Amino acid sequence: MAKNLVSTLADLKEKEALKIVEDRLKAGEEPLKILDDARRALEIVGKRFADSEYFIPDLVYSGEILKGVTELVKPKLGKAAEVKRLGKIVFGTVAGDIHDIGKDIVVFMLDVSGFEVYDLGVDVPAQKFVEKIKESGAPVVGLSGFLTLAYDSMKQTIEAIKAAGLRDKVKVMIGGGQISEEIKKYTGADAYGKDAMAGVSLAKKWTGAK
Amino acid sequence: MEKKWEEMSSAEKQEALFQRWISPEGVKFVSPQAEKLYKERTTRIKDAIQLKKLPDRVPVMLIPSFAPALYSGLTPHDVMYDYDKIKEAWKKFFMDFQPDTHGGCAVPSPGKFLEILDFKLYKWPGHGVAPEHSYQAIEGEYMKADEYDILIHNPLYFFYYTWPSRVFGALAPLQTLPHLSCLTEMYGVAVPFLHYGLPPVQAAYKALLEAGSEALKWIGVVGAFDKEMPALGFPPHQAGPTKAPFDVIGDTLRGTKGIMLDMYRQPDKLLQAMEALTPMFIQLGVDAAKQAGNPLIFMPLHKGADGFLSDEQFKKFYWPSLRKVIMGLIDEGVVPFIWAEGGYNSRLEVIRDLPKGKTAWLFDLTDMAKAKKALSGIACVAGNMPMDLLAVGTPQDARNHAKKLIDTCGKGGGYIMANGAFFDEVRWENLKAIVDFVKEYGVYK
Repeated sequence: MAKNLVSTLADLKEKEALKIVEDRLKAGEEPLKILDDARRALEIVGKRFADSEYFIPDLVYSGEILKGVTELVKPKLGKAAEVKRLGKIVFGTVAGDIHDIGKDIVVFMLDVSGFEVYDLGVDVPAQKFVEKIKESGAPVVGLSGFLTLAYDSMKQTIEAIKAAGLRDKVKVMIGGGQISEEIKKYTGADAYGKDAMAGVSLAKKWTGAK
Repeated sequence: MEKKWEEMSSAEKQEALFQRWISPEGVKFVSPQAEKLYKERTTRIKDAIQLKKLPDRVPVMLIPSFAPALYSGLTPHDVMYDYDKIKEAWKKFFMDFQPDTHGGCAVPSPGKFLEILDFKLYKWPGHGVAPEHSYQAIEGEYMKADEYDILIHNPLYFFYYTWPSRVFGALAPLQTLPHLSCLTEMYGVAVPFLHYGLPPVQAAYKALLEAGSEALKWIGVVGAFDKEMPALGFPPHQAGPTKAPFDVIGDTLRGTKGIMLDMYRQPDKLLQAMEALTPMFIQLGVDAAKQAGNPLIFMPLHKGADGFLSDEQFKKFYWPSLRKVIMGLIDEGVVPFIWAEGGYNSRLEVIRDLPKGKTAWLFDLTDMAKAKKALSGIACVAGNMPMDLLAVGTPQDARNHAKKLIDTCGKGGGYIMANGAFFDEVRWENLKAIVDFVKEYGVYK
């Protein structure tokens, strides 16, 4: 009998997982069901990451396997049924800082946890955050930064959100290598997340998602 | 009669390098006081590292990034393009704060040099980042997943041709150059050289010559600083850098994502490549230490930090080749001054596997009580003055943290006060508070 895609992918067996997907597609299975299995597998990956069973290389690899699965499934998808999302989040590395590894990991974890993430990239000007918050109506904003210069950029971004009259409409989380409770206070953010899973917990708490 | 280098034990080599550092050749001290300070400072650090004698007090180092420029009201852009400004700014910084060492002034790489060669690996002030910000690396796959064999079997070729042709736009034509292995006979001897006649290759060499001249201008300033600071009483805290093989590949060859996927998809190639790089990175440190007459070689560690790898991954991929580099350095009398960026809590039990009094570990965010406990009697610990505190705390916060560090790690020696990560803009009064506090509270009685 065919191996289970959920556990194979969650165990990071790339070749086997892709083979299962190919076989299931050949057998004419509904592509959305395959994607749903993949999503469940990534939930397990996220949980293992939260439990310190998996680490960053494992997350990165799971993302690559998922990419492979999606590439196989995509051509077979008809008009894709909209996947229900938990909530919207605007995310980016603040102005002056081009580091993306930490940001990408949090964005990835938020995405596989079911959030719709608007990833604005790196070195994002404060105004760009403001515009995206307005346009998307996202209630959560994530600011990432690795360098100490990010302290001031985060502060300025939050001030710009305030100046645009949006501060009471969004919750702001910050994170990155040299971020702490002190910096949370300094920047005026609502919370700081120590790692990617802390970011997911905050997002869930703030959006009321389970 | 002095023993020849080759006949010395590693301990004798270390002692010889320390002695060259403590009594540097050709330094004309500006005053007897400067000479006294210099000797005290070097001896203090030697004692903290060797764990044999209690130092007179806890040594204190400041390891800045662009902070000296900002402290003098200059931007990183200013000092990367006007080399003469570097020396004065860096000198003022160390003279004003009076830590026990200086770290050279090579942080601002020469901007014009980078422009001549069209450096692709970093964004720098005025080139992708604002003039007032520091330079930052651009992650990428500068070495492709299927190129491990070149690195494994021909690392020198890789670093002479493949690598420069990728990270310097102006040197891209170098990748067309042929091997010169067919030059063993008269017949056809000129054939490979026709490549050097082609306009793009000639342009690349022209750029190289210009870049070389620019580098010489810059090193004139950096070298003058390195000469002047000891005369003023400040020993250099490093002779040069080397790296962990995992970071060499993960930082700028394959990139973070690339190396992490390789751990799964081609672990044997990755391990072989690290093995191939190991002697090169030992040599890099040994040559620098012997040339400078300073045993301290700086090793910034990046991707072995807590969270980046699991314990098994650390033990399999990161530590073995790093340990070989460390041991290779130690064998030649070098003292690896290892900067463990991020947290290293989960690695402490592994890194204990080192000989006594041969290394110093500069920690960033690691729990210092645990670090001291794990490395007690094995290695000097250093660092942990946090960035957030330096940037937004008060001088009293800084003193409180410094006190905690000395109380936790200073007992019995084997601790050096220092910042945990390189810094740019901080509250200057906090630096002063720390240095002054250590000089008072850190005295061993």
